[in-house]
Amino acid sequence: MFGKLTISAFVHDPITNVAILGTIIIGIVGIILLIRFKKLSWLWKNWLTSLDPKKIGVMYIAIATFMLLRGLADVLLIRTQQALSSGASHGIINADTFQQVFSAHGTMMIFFVAMGFLFGILNLIVPPQIGSRDVAFPFLNSVSFWLFAGGALLVNLSLAVGEFSAAGWLAYPPLSELSYSPGVGVDYWIWSLQIAGVGSLLSGINFLVTIIKLRAPGMTPMKMPIFIWSVLGSMSLVVFAFPILTATLSMLALDRTLGMHFFTAEAGGNAMMYVNLIWAWGHPEVYILILPAFGIFSEIVSVFSGKRLFGYKSMVWALGAITFLSFTVWLHHFFTMGAGADVNSFFGIMTMIIAIPTGVKIFNWLFTMYRGRVRLTTPMLWFLGFVVTFTLGGVAGVLMSVPAIDYQVHNSLFLVAHFHTMIIGGVLFGIFAGFTYWFPKFTGFTLNERIGRWAFWVWLFGFLLAFIPLYILGLMGATRRLDHYDASLGWQGLFIVAGIGATLICIGVALQILQVIVSIVQRKQHLVLDGDPWNGRTLEWSTVSPPPSYTFAVIPIVTDRDDFWVSKHQSIPDQVPRHYRAIAVPKNTSAGIVIAGFATLIGFAVIWQIIWLIPVALLGLIISCIIRLSHDAEEEIISAVDVERQELTARRQRDLV
Amino acid sequence: MSERVNAGLHGESAMQKQAKVLLGFWIYLMTDLVLFASLFATYAVLRSNTFGGPGGGQLFNLPLVLVETILLLTSSFTAGLLTIVLSRGNRRLVMVFLALTFVLGVGFLVIELTEFSHLIQDGNSWQRSGFLSAFFTLVGMHGLHIAVGLLWMLVVGYQVLYRGLTTAVTRRLRLISLFWHFLDIVWIFIFSIVYMIGVL
Amino acid sequence: MKKSTFSERTALGRYITGFIVSLAATLIVYFFVQNRIAGGHQVLSHTFLMISIALLAIIQFVVQAVFFLHIGKEPKPRVKMIAFFFMLLIVVILVGGSIWIMNNLDYTMMTPEQTKTYLQNNEGL
Repeated sequence: MFGKLTISAFVHDPITNVAILGTIIIGIVGIILLIRFKKLSWLWKNWLTSLDPKKIGVMYIAIATFMLLRGLADVLLIRTQQALSSGASHGIINADTFQQVFSAHGTMMIFFVAMGFLFGILNLIVPPQIGSRDVAFPFLNSVSFWLFAGGALLVNLSLAVGEFSAAGWLAYPPLSELSYSPGVGVDYWIWSLQIAGVGSLLSGINFLVTIIKLRAPGMTPMKMPIFIWSVLGSMSLVVFAFPILTATLSMLALDRTLGMHFFTAEAGGNAMMYVNLIWAWGHPEVYILILPAFGIFSEIVSVFSGKRLFGYKSMVWALGAITFLSFTVWLHHFFTMGAGADVNSFFGIMTMIIAIPTGVKIFNWLFTMYRGRVRLTTPMLWFLGFVVTFTLGGVAGVLMSVPAIDYQVHNSLFLVAHFHTMIIGGVLFGIFAGFTYWFPKFTGFTLNERIGRWAFWVWLFGFLLAFIPLYILGLMGATRRLDHYDASLGWQGLFIVAGIGATLICIGVALQILQVIVSIVQRKQHLVLDGDPWNGRTLEWSTVSPPPSYTFAVIPIVTDRDDFWVSKHQSIPDQVPRHYRAIAVPKNTSAGIVIAGFATLIGFAVIWQIIWLIPVALLGLIISCIIRLSHDAEEEIISAVDVERQELTARRQRDLV
Repeated sequence: MSERVNAGLHGESAMQKQAKVLLGFWIYLMTDLVLFASLFATYAVLRSNTFGGPGGGQLFNLPLVLVETILLLTSSFTAGLLTIVLSRGNRRLVMVFLALTFVLGVGFLVIELTEFSHLIQDGNSWQRSGFLSAFFTLVGMHGLHIAVGLLWMLVVGYQVLYRGLTTAVTRRLRLISLFWHFLDIVWIFIFSIVYMIGVL
Repeated sequence: MKKSTFSERTALGRYITGFIVSLAATLIVYFFVQNRIAGGHQVLSHTFLMISIALLAIIQFVVQAVFFLHIGKEPKPRVKMIAFFFMLLIVVILVGGSIWIMNNLDYTMMTPEQTKTYLQNNEGL
């Protein structure tokens, strides 16, 4: 009746039980609060069924934050285990659990934290920066978000019902095949990523069409903000790389569920082909994450240096080069798999080449700062932290691009330190910079700068303390994913230092949360009345904060790069339209939740082999898609009177400044 | 930045919407081609991994493959003719060509499923070897797309009958015709690489 | 029925051309291959066959892309064409690269028995 799902799926070890209990309690408390303050229907109408990209963006960030906390819990477990488990001691968790912990850690951080924050920021920033009210396909946007949520649900469900994968964040076969991982863990991994992956692919299409078709009149490509160029590059990568992931995950699923032999150790399978394909996706994936971060830094450096970005054209060129080149380096992830010198050296050289455009960008940022009036606000601090850490991780990467050197450090902690430096120093610092930079735009008040600065310094110090020991340990021969090591190796000291660093990072995160809470409490004293707290340069700063649901009462006509800055500094009096027109915005709908819900149900059914449920859920998915696609999207009209009223209020607020 | 333009009531015209949707669908088709490319690459790598079992030369029924290829090619042709009469707004001709495309497509799928069931009955299912796994998945994935296209034609056909050639229905017909052309293009490579090269 | 316009007849012409060329290419390849496996080794070498299959597949692909998908017929900016060519580039890199890599791996990781056979077959040892 329920396939492989039995009572034993709910039985876990003590630590897991605590985590499950904690999550359930928090969930129940949340629901009780919502009911108590009569906010359930508010939540449904204003957030869950909304097609407003600003709302969808915030929801992405909410889930990503939750997954960040879960991922950090895994970090503490890993660091504690490795700090203690030397010689006679075997730490706090057994080897099997340890495998699941680091697999969950990597999977959650890449697919749900990084991608979640990324799409959250894109939803909030891309439309206003190009002078649009929405993305090209608002309903598809909702579907993408709910598919992402469905994938996140499955990952979290695996904690309580069954188990998660113990095969690493990329689940290499033959370990991930049925014979060596007979449990449901790898299936949870496959289906949560498959579902979230489809969401990402659809978003990629959505944002590409948005940038190509929905730019404000007059915004030619070379007048777009650099952030938009970086998103163009990133979404191009999404669109061409994610199908590879979809295909590869499908083949692994077919091996596991239908007895196929793509990557099995027998009957003609080739496990190396999996490694090849998964990295053909995996390498573009890391550029998908970093390019928008580069774009965010371009915006921030320019604004806080009071200067236009140095070398706009070369920045565009660099982004294009990185986008193309990221498809030509993927073998550097498996130099040691056994290819010959010709193959290895080709990919090694391409890897060295791709470092060049990145270097160009860093110099352009520094040249932007040179002779500018630099303001060291929190976003700018995150940028400076990025320059230091990303350069460190970057040169480690160029070191490893030499296959002969990579043979020494592949799969060591040196590698682990490298990619964490890139993703944390690059992607995460970029996200934090963007968050502190754009927060006032969407809330109407600024963040507490002082706590923001503490958070940054604690984070930076904690990060260096957590990862420099790992570089050293890697060079000393420490392999990754070790749950225990010999005392005679003398590694424990460095692991303890790394543990302290990780703890500091957690304090840094706590300070960031504190910053938000304190800022909310103090918001009345830090209101942003004119919507432009930083003296911004791009169009999103031209609206009031928080922006009205329709963002722009009148779609702007763009004449220059950094158009908002240019218009601020021309002494054209603020033009008030003689009359406002009514504005149509997409109506709320629960169809996205329904469609993604059926998709998630299919995933759950396949994972537990609840055979009857598969065609039922599939039928539900097909029917709900047909119904939705057979009717054109419904719109809600914001009357001209309403628009005028909101614009009048905004103008009065601005005049108070 | 000057506020000289006021956005219209519905923000975009039917033409703008169609242009947007067609571009989005086109990009989706490009992603689907990359998906097929991954399956082709895997097939290329696993094509000799027969694990002692039969390979393409022993398994493929070439005359049948030729028939289904011609059926699919012809249905792609009729799908093209569909777009010509669609621009005329001729509802009856649209239904004729849609029905033709559908029937030819069903013929293709029936032959393919027959081929599959023969293979399975003879013990040459996807579980037998890496080669057969790759074969069934590549060709089967194409067949799955065909099936979805056929279902789509049924739904849109129903809409043409009961709603007429509205802007939305016209747009959907253009999309399905695009989809169908693209599926025949993928089949060119399956025909050539899997079947033709496979028997050499 | 309305009289057909010039553009409609051109469109019809394009589809018919595309159809005929594709049909011809399919039949040629088919009969070459049938001929070969029926025993015509003297006339059609393996290499000739591989090249003609590849060539005719590419011809069919280009014909159907131009005549059925109307590649290149959009007004500027030719976004769909750019997307199409970028996709082609990625596909070539992915498929070509994967085949190169996997063949290379097979070569460097042969078992001793396979090495012996390879040397006998390929290097006359």
